[in-house]
Amino acid sequence: MRIFDPHIHMTSRTTDDYEAMHAAGVRAVVEPSFWLGQPRTSPASFFDYFDALLGWEPFRAAQYGIAHHCTIALNPKEANNPRCTPVLDALPRYLVKDGVVAVGEIGYDSMTPAEDTALAAQLQLAADHGLPALVHTPHRDKLTGLHRTVDVVRESNLPMERVLLDHLNETTVQHAKDSGCWLGFSVYPDTKMDEDRMVEILRTYGTEKVLVNSAADWGKSDPLKTRKVADAMLAAGFGEDDVDQVLWRNPVAFYGLSGRLRLDVPEAEGLHEGNSILRGGE
Amino acid sequence: MTQPPARTRDHVAAALPDDTARAWFDEALADAARAAKAPPTAPTSYIAHTWELRFAAAGRHCGHDNADAVRTLLLVEARAGLDTLTRLYQHGSAAERRAVLRALPALVEGPHAVHLVEDALRTSDTRLVRAAVGPYAAAHLDPHAWRHAVLKCLFTGVPLDAVARLAQRAAGDGELARMLTDYAAERTAAGRDVPDDLGRVLTLTGEEPKER
Ligand SMILES: [Zn+2]
Repeated sequence: MRIFDPHIHMTSRTTDDYEAMHAAGVRAVVEPSFWLGQPRTSPASFFDYFDALLGWEPFRAAQYGIAHHCTIALNPKEANNPRCTPVLDALPRYLVKDGVVAVGEIGYDSMTPAEDTALAAQLQLAADHGLPALVHTPHRDKLTGLHRTVDVVRESNLPMERVLLDHLNETTVQHAKDSGCWLGFSVYPDTKMDEDRMVEILRTYGTEKVLVNSAADWGKSDPLKTRKVADAMLAAGFGEDDVDQVLWRNPVAFYGLSGRLRLDVPEAEGLHEGNSILRGGE
Repeated sequence: MTQPPARTRDHVAAALPDDTARAWFDEALADAARAAKAPPTAPTSYIAHTWELRFAAAGRHCGHDNADAVRTLLLVEARAGLDTLTRLYQHGSAAERRAVLRALPALVEGPHAVHLVEDALRTSDTRLVRAAVGPYAAAHLDPHAWRHAVLKCLFTGVPLDAVARLAQRAAGDGELARMLTDYAAERTAAGRDVPDDLGRVLTLTGEEPKER
């Protein structure tokens, strides 16, 4: 079984997770830019983070046989902090990088005017750079947020079929599907979806344009949720091909819209058994 | 001798996957040559010259196996100076940083770019460490930093074949021999293997392993 986790924050995870993910069948991940728990105070803090997503993290992933790409953006929450918003001016220099396969996570957190501005500006950046967009839908006031998100995307220069609406659930899936966007579901303990509800959604709405992710990060989360959904699908009577479509071919098709996806893992040049990560990074 | 030999424009063009990539490569080199002839006014921190955008995009247009060579040729064609090299390194992905390091011997006379090599040697990314220990490091790293670079290669598993002019710089280096001997002792005390490369470079120093 081959698995592509289209949304996971590996920066917050350990090498044990990489090892377990590989053992579970994960061969590719996309790491979206997001907030870090602790608020940032300047654009420079974003630059170090973006550099890690384009340097250190793909290197770390490659040690475990996992292809790593990222999405770059100013996240919705920090779009409200005037100390952070100047990072928008610097995004173009990151959006041209080979490892960047979308603009994201963008979208709404509290649905403020500052979030409106950042979302519209970054949808335009995606259109300008030939990139699709990963759009986070809000956790509070979710259905209203989804409607507003779809309206803004529709008014943008980015076609709906180049947009992935993420963190969907039973209440938002229908409207999201009607919009023509790709449909993302985060299977995350306690606050988002779980495996069995995910299987029900797949039964009801089908497997087309559906992506499932763990959204694992620094919170209580599980980087193996993708595999658990695959197992739940098989147990519920879905076939191997359905699993491959949802957990591999759909994410490959969506992020492949960037023309930058590279699924062969670059060999860690000149390494033998004792590499620096396995030994704690002298 | 031990870094991959610099590839010429013709070699790279022949290795590209198709005519689209070759056309892209030709245009990129032309952009870079124009920048070399008439350097535009200093870029703002965020807006790059056209050839610099191509420098970033080389992997997806030319294939990742060719990207290092394409990027290095672009830097040489643009006659990138120290300011440009430093900016491209600091704003670069790991792959872009590697190309800057590989281009240093062709573009920088003297030790002014040694801060870039030192930066790469502080990372734990073996692809950067490997690119850092080329001919530029051999010519310009001071003895202390150079010895630590050799030791870092042994620690991180970068083959010492990557270290340029290893034999010349190691010859007669008693301090390097001491560091290697101590490292071997530490490995042995911990019940771990001593890397094969260690004995080889110890021999190159011409010093006898000392009992301590
Ligand atoms: Zn996320």
